[in-house]
Amino acid sequence: MDGIHDMGGRQGFGRVRYALKAQTFHEPWEKRVNALYSLAVKCGIFNMDEYRHAIERMEPRHYLSASYYERSLTSLATLCVEKGILTREELERRAQGQFPLSMPSAPGRGNVETRPTLKPGDKVRVRTDHVPGHVRMPGYIRGKTGVVVGVSPKYPFPDAHAHGIHAEDEPTYDVRFNAEELWPHDADPAHVHVGVFESYLERVS
Amino acid sequence: MPDNIHIKLNTASVEARVDAIQAAFEERGMKPAEFIGEFRELAEEKWLPENGARVCAKAWTDPAFKARLMANGKDAVAELGLSMPAHHRHLVVLENTASIHNVIVCTLCSCTAFSIIGLPPDWYKDLEYRARVVRQSRTVLKEMGLELPASTEIRVWDTTADTRYMVLPMRPSGTEGWSEEKLAGLISKDMMIGVARVAGT
Repeated sequence: MDGIHDMGGRQGFGRVRYALKAQTFHEPWEKRVNALYSLAVKCGIFNMDEYRHAIERMEPRHYLSASYYERSLTSLATLCVEKGILTREELERRAQGQFPLSMPSAPGRGNVETRPTLKPGDKVRVRTDHVPGHVRMPGYIRGKTGVVVGVSPKYPFPDAHAHGIHAEDEPTYDVRFNAEELWPHDADPAHVHVGVFESYLERVS
Repeated sequence: MPDNIHIKLNTASVEARVDAIQAAFEERGMKPAEFIGEFRELAEEKWLPENGARVCAKAWTDPAFKARLMANGKDAVAELGLSMPAHHRHLVVLENTASIHNVIVCTLCSCTAFSIIGLPPDWYKDLEYRARVVRQSRTVLKEMGLELPASTEIRVWDTTADTRYMVLPMRPSGTEGWSEEKLAGLISKDMMIGVARVAGT
């Protein structure tokens, strides 16, 4: 989905709020949230692709205003409700207030059948697919061309794995793009590398 | 008035919402309190940037190890007793040189090789870093205190899949003969993300 989470290249943001030796956690509840969603994954309630997708499905105003760990909390609660582990009523009764959850999921998809097997040096184009469900292709590379510089082992295909759809595992390719081709006339010169699933790519001859 | 204000006014606090889930898990026999304790220990005592610093220092002093690290990061860090979660199937080590500077990000969320370089700092997960570093890399690094020579090629790595990346910083001159422990002391989490360099490089 072309969601609000897909931040790469968006404009209008100010300076990074950087500090030396910055912390990961600021409040005790944040560690508890991290542990609780890890426990849910360990217990097989959901997988990491479902977890990521439930964050992406947060209502955009809520996503932008929530802290990182509030997003984790919202994903955890949403999936526990969707999987029938808990009900929203139980959560709101226990919390004594509203418990905002993510928006419903759109359908997922399986592997692209005509996907190419690639090797370093191959020139590729990112397919111009628009996917309603989970996808790990950042929008800024859609339709762009690049060169494969690395190949990973096979991973579960997230577009399917986040939706309980059976699919073949796929390698991801580290693809090198030129920032000035991604954002013509408005980018600092750099090579931008993205880990791209096989189903998102087509070979360019 | 923002049209979501009514939600905010009636929403339970985040602490109350976390308590609600924890209590529900407790009632279902999932033993969340024990798991939180185990997690806290991992986060505070195991997933530390000192792990990655040890890896980098060894790569600086042992060319054979460095070759194995560059070829297969996950297997090489295992030689030092360091493990990665099962879903992190590949660790790619990115070597900085006099002419190339690498920096990592996750524009979609917050993915990092956290068991090796430590859990990601707050700013890494913030919207500003995620939105900007892919498009304005040189500007953002400069704002964060790292001004690179104009001739340096910048390579940004967006962690959009389950492969993980870490930056191998340049070894500073004048450190010949230093022990691995002393060298490791030069290396920080930010250097392995790529927003800082070792002094003197």
